[in-house]
Amino acid sequence: MTKNIMIVGVGGQGTLLTSRILGGLAIQAGYDVKLSEVHGMAQRGGSVVTFVRYGEEVAEPIVEEGQADVLIAFERLEALRYAHFLKKDGVIVVNDQRIDPMPVVIGAAEYPENIIENLKQTCRVYEVDAMAEAKRLGNSRVFNLIVLGIAAQHMDYSKDEWMKVIETTVPKKTIEINKAAFEIGYGLHN
Amino acid sequence: MEVAIGASISGVRALASMKHVGVNVAADPLYTVSYIGVNGGLVLVAADDPGLYSSQNEQDSRAVARAAKVPVLEPADSAEAKEFTKLAFELSETYDTPVIVRTTTRLSHSQGMVELCERQEIPDKEYERNVAKTVMMPGNAKKRHPYVEYRENKMAEDGCSFAINRAEYRDTAIGVITSGIPYQYVREALPHASVLKLGMVNPLPRKLIEEFASRVETLYIVEELDPIIEEQVKSWGIKAVGKEILTVQGEYSANMLREAIGGETLELRAAKEAVARPPILCPGCPHRSTFSVLKKLKLHAAGDIGCYTLGAVAPLSVVDTTICMGASISSLHGMEKARGKEYIKNWVAVIGDSTFMHTGVNSLMNMVYNQGTGTVLILDNSTTGMTGHQDHAATGKTLKGQIVPAIDIEKLCLAMGIENVRVVNAFDTKKLESVLKEETAREAVSVVIVKAPCALLDKTPVKVQAKVNPDLCKKCGLCLKPGCPALTRGADGKTVVNDTMCNGCGLCEQYCNFGAISLVDVRR
Repeated sequence: MTKNIMIVGVGGQGTLLTSRILGGLAIQAGYDVKLSEVHGMAQRGGSVVTFVRYGEEVAEPIVEEGQADVLIAFERLEALRYAHFLKKDGVIVVNDQRIDPMPVVIGAAEYPENIIENLKQTCRVYEVDAMAEAKRLGNSRVFNLIVLGIAAQHMDYSKDEWMKVIETTVPKKTIEINKAAFEIGYGLHN
Repeated sequence: MEVAIGASISGVRALASMKHVGVNVAADPLYTVSYIGVNGGLVLVAADDPGLYSSQNEQDSRAVARAAKVPVLEPADSAEAKEFTKLAFELSETYDTPVIVRTTTRLSHSQGMVELCERQEIPDKEYERNVAKTVMMPGNAKKRHPYVEYRENKMAEDGCSFAINRAEYRDTAIGVITSGIPYQYVREALPHASVLKLGMVNPLPRKLIEEFASRVETLYIVEELDPIIEEQVKSWGIKAVGKEILTVQGEYSANMLREAIGGETLELRAAKEAVARPPILCPGCPHRSTFSVLKKLKLHAAGDIGCYTLGAVAPLSVVDTTICMGASISSLHGMEKARGKEYIKNWVAVIGDSTFMHTGVNSLMNMVYNQGTGTVLILDNSTTGMTGHQDHAATGKTLKGQIVPAIDIEKLCLAMGIENVRVVNAFDTKKLESVLKEETAREAVSVVIVKAPCALLDKTPVKVQAKVNPDLCKKCGLCLKPGCPALTRGADGKTVVNDTMCNGCGLCEQYCNFGAISLVDVRR
């Protein structure tokens, strides 16, 4: 059975590193895996979505509407935007952070209120203020590993497998803090 | 493309890669090298962009290939991308033809399992002078044309037994002819259908297609973008269903095929309403500063290809046109020729440094030569920002990072005989404003080189950041007008700086009339 993971966020939030960790895990476990990531024209600031699919044999590289087992969202509004990609029993793991898109910054639109409560009415949602947790750890940049730690509880890899891939994927100097961040997430919501 | 052709003529295998619009620029040599053929194998990798993730049109490179009579291979995953590229070189040398490997954004931005093999050293071929084959003057080209036609027919015939053109027979109630990424969607959506997977999409293996068509009940043709396969197949009198039920726009998906061909009705969750998050200029982007000045002066900008296209949208809204590389300068020139010198005084052309080096230079020469007038802004951020910081002829580094002499843009413009060439720091808004007022008033060609490095080039931690003194902030919102994503209004209406985003460019400080914003040292 193919497992479908989506990582969504705002350009510059580190979705790429996360997908590399997920890809590395699948290879390590001997699965077939496909990754697909498309970003728009600018380097940063736009909505970014990455697909990771693994299983015995994977044909298409994208996750389609209604098929995501896990939706990892690094920002609230992006969770809302892609929630309909979720399977009936799929899970959303969302970083409880707000980044205003340009229409909101210039006052042409309003940032939606109560996104997480709204999503909880129809989906299984696990939220975390990963920025605050990461700052407590001493490096706000590792927030995505905290989010990933929660998501990891809904995938079929052991904690050892996760740690092994984190070690080989993140920059050497940041291995320990990334592992510590993952550990925090892994201990939440279980 | 021309460099690769040179390498091929000299006997060495060569590959040139580009996106679909790059093929337009390369079309001139491509049509003729189709006649010349190759010595060392010659491959062009072209990426089309169904869905326009980052392009100015949705053209189909297979149409160019058909017109140029060049074979096209189309891989469906990463492993095939590698295998087909190898095969492309072999076919190129066997059939004496350039070969296109066509991919799409989806495939180019995907990763999958690829098995590597030992690197093979291919010996260079001898070069022998053969002007009948390499000098395409009319007499010679006339004699090469019949070979091109013969080659097309021969490859169409031989293609019927190429392993990459593969009939997969399953249930024959539905048969699908497809290629590339759409093949994967077909396999997901219609696992029981018979499939003719074409690895070579030009020329088409007619006999193989006819046989497949005769063995299935209903034949569908699934190809993104234009009905290139479909129109040919139908022209042979074969009944097939294609663009009647499928679109020529955007990307396909398995869900789309489940509904259109499989007849399924999918019960999907409704998409929630979510404010759009369009791409934006980064915090500290020098283009924001430049555009804020253009906006203040109420100037229109003929735009070009680069991040600065984003100057077309709110809140900056100064860029009026985007066509292709170099068109900012040429179209400004056309406006002046059509509407006169007075009309052009509230217009400028804006073009980045790398795009200027690509095809802006010749547009500017044309403008000078034809006695045009107008102001050209070269937004020099010392890199190719949008596509990921590639170097170019004016940065002093090659793509491989080798240090080389940089072409001096200022001297280059002076060498064309342009008398008014000004260089201004993009973040010196007062100076830029006065320079633009002077130059747009002038009835001559003016070039203003607006310099400041791309905000993402400097990877070191930020040294200073903007800080708002709430006692001085009057909530006027002037600092917010250029649309910096690092600034927002707090609950009390006063400006708040997001310290994870601000890179200390100081633009907001310049726009505050009350001295409420200052740059503070944040080094630890």
